[in-house]
Amino acid sequence: MSLSQYGVPRSLRDQTDSSGERAGLLQSAGANSGRRRVVVTGMGMVGPLGLGVENVWSRLIAGESGIGRITHFDPSDLPAQVAGQVPEGPTAEGKLTLSDWVPVKDQRKMDRFIHMGLVAATEAVEDSGWKPQTEEDKCATGVMIGSGIGGLQTIYDASITVHEGRAKRLSPFFIPSALINLVSGHVSIKYGFQGPNHSVVTACATGVHAIGDAARLIMLGDADVMVAGGAEATVCPLGIAGFCSARALSTGFNETPQQASRPWDKDRDGFVMGEGAGVVVLEEYEHAKARGAKIYAEVIGYGMSGDAYHITAPAEGHYGAFRAMRSALKSAGITPADVQYVNAHGTSTMADDLELEAVERLFAEDARNLAMSSTKSATGHLLGAAGAVEAMFCMLAIRDNVAPPTLNLDNPSRESVIDRIAHTAQQRNINIALSNSFGFGGTNASLLVRGV
Amino acid sequence: MSEIADKVKKIVVEHLGVEESKVTPEASFIDDLGADSLDTVELVMAFEEAFNVEIPEDAAEKIATVKDAIDYIEKQKAA
Repeated sequence: MSLSQYGVPRSLRDQTDSSGERAGLLQSAGANSGRRRVVVTGMGMVGPLGLGVENVWSRLIAGESGIGRITHFDPSDLPAQVAGQVPEGPTAEGKLTLSDWVPVKDQRKMDRFIHMGLVAATEAVEDSGWKPQTEEDKCATGVMIGSGIGGLQTIYDASITVHEGRAKRLSPFFIPSALINLVSGHVSIKYGFQGPNHSVVTACATGVHAIGDAARLIMLGDADVMVAGGAEATVCPLGIAGFCSARALSTGFNETPQQASRPWDKDRDGFVMGEGAGVVVLEEYEHAKARGAKIYAEVIGYGMSGDAYHITAPAEGHYGAFRAMRSALKSAGITPADVQYVNAHGTSTMADDLELEAVERLFAEDARNLAMSSTKSATGHLLGAAGAVEAMFCMLAIRDNVAPPTLNLDNPSRESVIDRIAHTAQQRNINIALSNSFGFGGTNASLLVRGV
Repeated sequence: MSEIADKVKKIVVEHLGVEESKVTPEASFIDDLGADSLDTVELVMAFEEAFNVEIPEDAAEKIATVKDAIDYIEKQKAA
């Protein structure tokens, strides 16, 4: 295969010599021997499909969509008018009643993305049953929850206050409400977690980077437990208008919102923004076993790369994605044949086919046995929260041996031997799954999880 | 209770999310009503807005209790 046919810049061709790009994949077994193992013992999520991991998962598997017309504000004067918004209503119905999670008096001190992060983190921590009592245990428990953008609506509101000449009336909570690392801050304060307190900001790759980096902190001994994930709430005028200007959002399905997110379909015309958060509790394996914790999955591999190409577009051939996935396999010491499911980045943009191509090239003959879907077809794109939510979908796919569907994949723009699970979920034997997330700036992250 | 006192009380209840019965004249914002330093900054701003008065920083620092706030605002309004 000739790389020049893609018009790939010389610098990228240098990174991927065509004879040796898969080299090393089959000889990497044992790369992880002897290191501290990291497992997932708690999960929490809130998003367009609702509140709570089991609720969201069952709706996803049932083929439901969380996309609708924007109701947070009047979108009539914008070209994109659909989004995935968190449904409000009784907690018992799997919907969000914020006061059940964040005290009313504290709500106005935080942007909505922090609300989202707190909801998901609370569910995850409660689910894990990890309640450190001693100073030692509290100091061995850290938090790494990121966001792609942070408090955009808060910044918008504050700008108006200043613009109106009322700068002295700016709330003292403006800065801590907008800062991205304040989800981690609030979670640590709520639970007394005094270990590493960190935050990731890598646009749409944030969620995967947060889980991958936090797992490494545990492997390296900086912590025994890490609460990790991503949160986002940019379904606001500035967020929608900004991505509209970048020509990134779907605009052709305003009358049929549930058809707007259609990864790999020939009629796709941009991504659909979603809001929400996903948080996991990562724990050192022996630590989890010793306290009899429920274990969802093990984080066995993590790979990162940079495109060094363009601020918003991946290069032809998506070599950055390829290298991130290859690194993840290498760090896990497994081969492509060991992977049964890929949760694609698949945003419903032109880049979908580039990711597909990169997966095909990496998996080669093993691509025939692979299931790959894009759950963004049902949730929209949760930006900085997407990778965390989708990593959990991978763990649930392993637990239940089900590949979640790609909705609206009526006519693929490109044929592939890879089963993209169009329309309905499929029972598949899944033991190892890979989650991809790629972000503006040309940042790529892949996470590998395995059933325990 | 004066109209000013009533309004101060209402603002405190709203901003700090506390029971109205706890907002006694002697109550300290920080020690009794659970405010932190940022809450008190915001409270003073809310007083300024509601009563259309200017509370300079050195004066704001001396407002520790509900009564301190009421007294200060009444004095400004009387002046």
